[in-house]
Amino acid sequence: MGMGREQAVRRALVYGLIGGIVAWHLSLVGLIEAFAGRRLIGQGVTFSYVLLLAVMLTVGYLVARRVSNWTGLAGAALAGLLVGLALWALALLVDQVDLRTIFVAASPTLPEILTFNRGAGAVGLIVLLLVGAAAGFIGGGLTWFPATGRRAVITALSITVLVGLLRDVLNPVLPALVMGFLFTTTGGLSLPGAVVVLALALAFPIARHVVAQRAGERRAALPAPARRRRRAVFRLISLVFLVSFPLWAGLFLSNVTDFVGLYILMGLGLNLVLGFAGLLDLGYVAFFAIGAYSMAVLTSPELGHFTLGFWEALPIAVAITVLSGILIGLPVLRMRGDYLAIATLGFGEIVRLLVLSDWLKPHLGGAQGVTRIARPELGPFVIDRPQEYYYLILIGCALAWFLSVRLRDSRIGRAWMAIREDEDVAQAMGINRVTAKLLAFATGASMGGLSGALFASLVNSVIPQSFSLLVSINVVALLVLGGIGSLPGVLVGALALVGLPELLREFQEYRLLVYGAVLIAMMIFRPAGLWPEETRVRELEEAAEEARARAPAEVVVVTQDGE
Amino acid sequence: MPVLELESVHVYYGPIHALKGVSLTVEHGEIVTLLGANGAGKTTTLRAISGLIRPARGRIVFEGRNIAGLPPHEIVRLGVGHVPEGRRIFPRLSVEENLALGAFTITDRQEIRRRLEEVLQLFPRLAERRRQQGGTLSGGEQQMLAIGRALMMQPRIMLLDEPSMGLAPVLVESIFEVIRRLNQQGTTILLVEQNARMALEIAHRGYVLETGSIVLEGPAADLARDPKVQAAYLGARE
Repeated sequence: MGMGREQAVRRALVYGLIGGIVAWHLSLVGLIEAFAGRRLIGQGVTFSYVLLLAVMLTVGYLVARRVSNWTGLAGAALAGLLVGLALWALALLVDQVDLRTIFVAASPTLPEILTFNRGAGAVGLIVLLLVGAAAGFIGGGLTWFPATGRRAVITALSITVLVGLLRDVLNPVLPALVMGFLFTTTGGLSLPGAVVVLALALAFPIARHVVAQRAGERRAALPAPARRRRRAVFRLISLVFLVSFPLWAGLFLSNVTDFVGLYILMGLGLNLVLGFAGLLDLGYVAFFAIGAYSMAVLTSPELGHFTLGFWEALPIAVAITVLSGILIGLPVLRMRGDYLAIATLGFGEIVRLLVLSDWLKPHLGGAQGVTRIARPELGPFVIDRPQEYYYLILIGCALAWFLSVRLRDSRIGRAWMAIREDEDVAQAMGINRVTAKLLAFATGASMGGLSGALFASLVNSVIPQSFSLLVSINVVALLVLGGIGSLPGVLVGALALVGLPELLREFQEYRLLVYGAVLIAMMIFRPAGLWPEETRVRELEEAAEEARARAPAEVVVVTQDGE
Repeated sequence: MPVLELESVHVYYGPIHALKGVSLTVEHGEIVTLLGANGAGKTTTLRAISGLIRPARGRIVFEGRNIAGLPPHEIVRLGVGHVPEGRRIFPRLSVEENLALGAFTITDRQEIRRRLEEVLQLFPRLAERRRQQGGTLSGGEQQMLAIGRALMMQPRIMLLDEPSMGLAPVLVESIFEVIRRLNQQGTTILLVEQNARMALEIAHRGYVLETGSIVLEGPAADLARDPKVQAAYLGARE
């Protein structure tokens, strides 16, 4: 028992300290203050508090995970209390010393937010300590639940938070009556609304579990044609959903979806290059830019070179991008891995600097960019609203998807995979490295170019700032997040990395911070991505199995515990 | 006419002169072995033949045609199968996919399927594991897969680079048995080996490479009796 107590105290100190550092970090980079305005439930519960509470809960959970008795719970409460203490110390520090020359976020409002408006005095201290200890205790208590129940609770809480966050998104979608019940007029969820959402989020997985079990049995008993019919029905429903989306989603959501779609197009393109052929292209934005600027130069009357219509310019823009893909591919044919990455990174920057340059200003618009880019016309009808562009982008994505599937299962797809696995041996199998790589660059570029051309027309203007390195990083990151080489992974990655930040405006500024955190978490918890390619799943599962077979029993218990 | 003939082939890796005028011939239906210490240039010789490295000077004549300087994928199409050192199968692809890639030069799917069944018949162990990922096979099975993959293109000559490397003695025996059987079925083989004893046992003729030059050549039985070869490569006691 003495051992248990000692261990619990040590763990509480360590995790309390780590939690304190995390809380300081979140506060000083400005996240806490930025999110203080996001009311999730009523007027009081803001997203800042949810973040800080999450830190305390996690800390408590981590402490009690290994020591599952009352000592563990006490340790969990102690760790939470330490986080509370750290927060109060920060509040006191910011209150007394002006740190704003170093940390812009250390403003006078920060101590108020951190101490629930109780001030950095004795009252604030007591409140923070109590909140911390309680949250730590509850977090520790979570370890007493069975794993499935715990997951259900955590998921339900996350969903409730998410619903609260997405108020503005849901507003145009849900009927006014439902909105009025769920949300307060000025803040986030109303109290009954929150309870209902939480209850639904809790009940849904349980119901699904019960139904799925029965349905699973029934489905297994179904004959093959019936199963196929069921899949066809599912596909039809998805199609109806996709096609009807702009009709009920409203302007804001359609706009966000358009951007997600443009990134899906780019993701599919880069997936050919990076996922299938294994060529790490860090300058993919170059193709996006070339597509966009081709569309601009070909259609805008501002530059006066050409004044083609959208439909004439589109294939030319794509063709120009394909050509540029080959031009970029040629000099880097012999490069591999990191060398290729650095060379392509350079290309991306070169393109951005070229469109920014004064030298090319008469032709490309320079820093001011180009406006008045053509809109697509269908007879008398001009496509100019995001809801209408949605369909263009949807068709583009569907085409790119179809092309990707066909290429993956073709001879050239196999050649790409062989090159990805082992370039030398691929050549010894009779694969022409030059044509295979150039084809990968060219087809990958075409999708980026299409995305760029649609983008230029959608926003009606191009400026060099839209084509920064960040676009390339976004596309690579969404591939990594979804699972490199996996087509559904592109969708999931784009929704998570492009869609969510667009919806949560406050995140925009902290995008890179969140990216970093998300990617690190991914490496640890889902190394193959959110929706991995099938072979990758097999490989990692087998590796895990092997490790389990080799490892002594004790270690196995720990890893299972860790899940 | 020999199947393969190298005439004073020179290869450089940057400033390093790796092959200093290597000449050798392989006749139809032969097993010819290339012996030598680490770094003597055995692997380089094979890489030069299959075009993975371009020789600076010299001719490489395959069935009467100079193939020196051709890109590797064209040399493969002419009928040169290369089983690289360290096996180098595609670890994330299945056994079947690995084999199918071996027949990449063939476009007829039916023909690929037919050859696949042929190769799987030759290696029953692989047939049992046809859907398994290459990387999960044992060392011996991977070597079989590498050889099987090269067989898929039905090569006129097969270049085998250290097929026994890293394998248990029992497996080495069975790999060499496979090589002998392939040869009896008519495949010409150029075999690079560190295990000189085994290599000389199954080969018809042999060459000894030392720092980029051929220093000794002759029938395998003669080489096996040569005192210098015995001292250097067969581990004979004084």
